[in-house]
Amino acid sequence: MNWIAIWVTFKLAALTSLVLLIIGLPIAYWVSFSRRRWKFIVESVVALPLVLPPTVLGFYILVAIGPHSPFGRLYNELVGHPLPFTFEGLLLASILYSLPFAVQPFAAAFEQVDRRLLETSWTLGVSKVKTFFKLIVPLSKAGLVTGAVLSFAHTMGEFGVVLMVGGNLEGETRTVSIDIYDEVQALNYAGAAKTALFLLVVSYTVLLLVYAVNRNVWAAWPQK
Amino acid sequence: MAAEIDIHIRKTFPGRAPIQAKIRYPIEASTVLILFGPSGSGKTTILRCLAGLEWPEEGNIQFVSRVWLDTHAGIQVPPQHRHVGYMPQDYALFPTHTVAGNIAYGLGHLSGADRKKRVDEMLELFQLHGLEAAKPRELSGGQQQRVALARAVAPRPLLLLLDEPLSALDAPTRLHLRDELRSLLQELALPSIIVTHDWTEALTLGDVMAVINAGEVLQVGAPIEVFSRPQDAAVARIVGIETVVKGRVVGSAGGMMQVSVNGTTLMAVEGEAAGPDVFVCIRSEDVVLERGQAPASSARNHLAGTVTMITRLGALARVTIECGFPLVATVTQSAVEEFGLVSGVSVVAAIKAGAVHLVSRQRD
Repeated sequence: MNWIAIWVTFKLAALTSLVLLIIGLPIAYWVSFSRRRWKFIVESVVALPLVLPPTVLGFYILVAIGPHSPFGRLYNELVGHPLPFTFEGLLLASILYSLPFAVQPFAAAFEQVDRRLLETSWTLGVSKVKTFFKLIVPLSKAGLVTGAVLSFAHTMGEFGVVLMVGGNLEGETRTVSIDIYDEVQALNYAGAAKTALFLLVVSYTVLLLVYAVNRNVWAAWPQK
Repeated sequence: MAAEIDIHIRKTFPGRAPIQAKIRYPIEASTVLILFGPSGSGKTTILRCLAGLEWPEEGNIQFVSRVWLDTHAGIQVPPQHRHVGYMPQDYALFPTHTVAGNIAYGLGHLSGADRKKRVDEMLELFQLHGLEAAKPRELSGGQQQRVALARAVAPRPLLLLLDEPLSALDAPTRLHLRDELRSLLQELALPSIIVTHDWTEALTLGDVMAVINAGEVLQVGAPIEVFSRPQDAAVARIVGIETVVKGRVVGSAGGMMQVSVNGTTLMAVEGEAAGPDVFVCIRSEDVVLERGQAPASSARNHLAGTVTMITRLGALARVTIECGFPLVATVTQSAVEEFGLVSGVSVVAAIKAGAVHLVSRQRD
């Protein structure tokens, strides 16, 4: 098994869900609490990676971060090397690609929170931001775990976007799914089977975790 | 400037009657204002506007010298800065916090030691000792209500806003807690506004009451005044009880109570009254008028009196009879003509004992 590819994949997935946990929370908060009429536009943009072919998404990201775009030029000037075909570029693409997998469970959990609890908190002099951390986060724990775990698992298995944006550089952008593809191309079916099984076990474990958390199967106390 | 609260707001909801509330009344340390009206009348919205949770399109809200809302001047004080204690209908206790955590929730501005002291005071005042570590779901309805009140009161708010504080409780608990709430409000010496649709709560808890229907304030006055002298037929219909007089329980036997009202003795079915001092409440449609030789009847109360006033209400008429106290009866217009009812005529008012409601009150 290609342990370097596994390490790159884990690092990518872990950083992606960490970043999504940070930027996904305000987006989800806005989506579930805003009363703006054009909210649906933002919701649709967030959900776009669900339906868009990964190659299409990857293509646009590649163009957006490439040396011919203003953003790509700026990054090149600041950091000293271009963004495409680097781990950082891949991370950026993964974040966008997994955005709905984090934001949607977060927003769904926030919507379950009784608005009267929040209102009562405000009347007790607690600001909206503090209310978010004191009440909404603890009450949405299952949704937050689900969002983080799903975006982790989704990043683990991404293929098209990685190929478009990251390429196939050992130790930098070669992830497990690319590695499997390479093995099959090289007719090394035994190697591909091992890595594929590994990915299957990891993915299944992750989903077991998500469903168990949401059903609260380990709860030692009765639900309210 | 006299301490008063001044509310003048307009708020519209799609598909509903707009709320156009205008209430202005003086407040003292322990004044309790009741917002009374049927469900959907807009009383909860008015309360939420006071808490800063609902924004009227137009109007102003002033509490003593603080302006909370003035749409013309562009003033909108958020709920965090109004210093009100707000208790929503189902209490909205924080399920992830313990009883102590709920009470301490609004005390973030205090130091750790002060906060602990304040929480202890509240646990003492609301008889919640021993439940500090309990989660809300482990509490009974009455305990939840006390925790919610303690949480609202703990930061020492300027005004207490209670939305249907007793409606989530079962009937026996409600009765018990109504009396408890009344003494607590007096002890706290905190002006409060209570939303209710229950006339017994309005009568026992309120110093002032505002009758609200379809978003409009119809009458503001002392509860006993509003009940016994509704300004028009609409108010009378909403409050439903036209005769409210102070009485005193003088005896009880066999499930019946004898109540003395200004020297007239009435029979009532033993009810909820706790002490000897009561409000005697009678619906006008429960009063039957008889003239001349009254036939034998099952009604336990027969009060001789004179008609003092007759007000026509379409096919019905409100007849006020002086029988030691002013008693209001609703009869048909045809009965008025048939009986020749005019001011000064002697009649006998018959009331079943079950129609005489006793609500406990505090001695004046």
